[in-house]
Amino acid sequence: MDPILEVKNLTIGYGGSPILKDISFQVFPGEIFVIMGGSGCGKSSLLKHLMGLLNPMTGDILHQGKNFTEKNPEEKNTILKQLGVLYQGGALWSSMTLQENVALPLEEFTNLSNDAIQLLTEYKLSLVGLKGYENFYPSQISGGMRKRAALARALALDPILLFLDEPSAGLDPITSRRLDELIQEIKDGLGTTIVLVTHELESIFSIGTRAIFLDSISQSILDEGNPLDLKENSQHPAVKKFLNRKTTSPS
Amino acid sequence: MNSGALYRLVTEAALLRIEIVGEWSIHGESFSVNPADHAIIRSPGLEHLIFDFNPDNQALKWDSTLPAFLHHVTSLAQTRNITITYNNFPKSLTQLLNLANQTHSKSSQNGIKPLYSFAYRFGLSSIDKFSKLQQRLVFFGEVLLGLMRMLSGKKLFRAKDFWLIVQECGAEALPIVTLISFLIGLTMAFVGAIQLKAFGASIYVANLVALAMVREMGAVMTGIIVCGRTGAAFASHLGSMKVSEEIDALKTLGLNPMEFLILPRFLALFFMMPLLCFYSNFIGILGGMTVSMSMLDISFYQYILQTQNAVSLTSFSTGIIKSTVFGGLVALAGCYKGFNCGSNASAVGHAATSAVVSGVTSIIIADAFFAVLFHLLDI
Repeated sequence: MDPILEVKNLTIGYGGSPILKDISFQVFPGEIFVIMGGSGCGKSSLLKHLMGLLNPMTGDILHQGKNFTEKNPEEKNTILKQLGVLYQGGALWSSMTLQENVALPLEEFTNLSNDAIQLLTEYKLSLVGLKGYENFYPSQISGGMRKRAALARALALDPILLFLDEPSAGLDPITSRRLDELIQEIKDGLGTTIVLVTHELESIFSIGTRAIFLDSISQSILDEGNPLDLKENSQHPAVKKFLNRKTTSPS
Repeated sequence: MNSGALYRLVTEAALLRIEIVGEWSIHGESFSVNPADHAIIRSPGLEHLIFDFNPDNQALKWDSTLPAFLHHVTSLAQTRNITITYNNFPKSLTQLLNLANQTHSKSSQNGIKPLYSFAYRFGLSSIDKFSKLQQRLVFFGEVLLGLMRMLSGKKLFRAKDFWLIVQECGAEALPIVTLISFLIGLTMAFVGAIQLKAFGASIYVANLVALAMVREMGAVMTGIIVCGRTGAAFASHLGSMKVSEEIDALKTLGLNPMEFLILPRFLALFFMMPLLCFYSNFIGILGGMTVSMSMLDISFYQYILQTQNAVSLTSFSTGIIKSTVFGGLVALAGCYKGFNCGSNASAVGHAATSAVVSGVTSIIIADAFFAVLFHLLDI
């Protein structure tokens, strides 16, 4: 199977000083791929590179075999339309209702009629359990609902690859579990590949199919594999400690 | 209709069969639910609805548009107590349909307010306006109380903050005040020169410019400039602090945000405005002098002498007093709007806009009030 996303010898950083050096990995269709690691290891920065918000220092990012980092804005835009992103804080546009938030990408990038768009936005909001909230503004709903509405927006264009940046951050255990189930169900139903950045162990074990562990000291990928398998059999003490929730040495 | 290519309707007595065919794609042709809706609504005797899905059909492709369509038609059929059968549906499609049908959402309530009668809305907005006025008075009162506490010798805010605001609203406003005041003085001298020349009274251009500057234009123009610059900055700064819960953080620490944030801003503008006005008067007179010396053959000393005779200390101080009041008004408007900002990104923009509008309005109203007052006092 061809990878849907491939990262080759990527070095990223800010202002000349690298955070991650020479990392390579592949994401295959239908996976829930977890990027994990302690705070400050470069998880979110890596994600920003994967979705094209930042340019890498060296190395390549290939979406379905097409190079994303080359300076070809048109091709980049085509790829971007196939990506969905759920931002950490939701990032819903506050001046628009939930229905308008979900409808915007559909209005901009499809030839669907207004009725069809209305139907689709209603459906996507009911997928995430927000039926009846179409005319609410983001400020009128709770944090968990905002996350779910943002997920509906990320799903608006049926992305083939969905990036989730700490989806359960700031949510209570039940809400975050429900969100995990939702992600799993959406993946099964729509066949979306998911790249998940998180350090929530519960989420990692319950939905992650494969994971990489980033390390801030060696600035590289420490280990790669199935999360449950890594928990038991990782050769790296840091990974084992992280997944078993033990304190790491102060080094 | 496009929908014809995506689904087929077959009606048999009390049964409606919807055959799913064609390519359902979000990026393809649009689809319409109307034929299906009409078929359900227009046959009152309908008891059974069957969706036919043929997995062997190579031409049949689907993405989320299909479950969206099915979800809509299913919901419609359910409200009419029609039994629904899904034939040969793939597991993923059934799953997507079930997910959307889970009833953990409320369905009746929505964010739109119902329509009330005119009298009700009038009453409602009157109460709202009255409570806003009350809110403003409370705000003003709290600022005054804070000032009194400060005069009693208590340290209420950081001196560093105060001096930073003084720099921002005072010294950093000098370039724009210079430009505007010079041009105002210049323009007044131009207009006056043409009129006065006809009477051979060109020298009185100096009187015109000097009096207009010190009594009115200096104070009003600096007021408006500072309102646009500093008032808007106060509102958006405090507004975004409110949005990011920084104001709450001060409150929970036991600091009074009214004193910590608003007093230094109020005091800074209160003290800087008269200085800016003084500067503006001077530059405006310089602008008038430029025109007079180059166009009217009035010498430097003549102009200075005429200006000295025209401007009394009384008329000079009216402008300065006014500008002090304007400074207070601009600071109050900016801080009030920022402090009562909503909690999202667009609310900050709204707060900045309304701070400028209400700041300018209150300057003009206060100016009219002063005109009457000075007239009555015969100054």
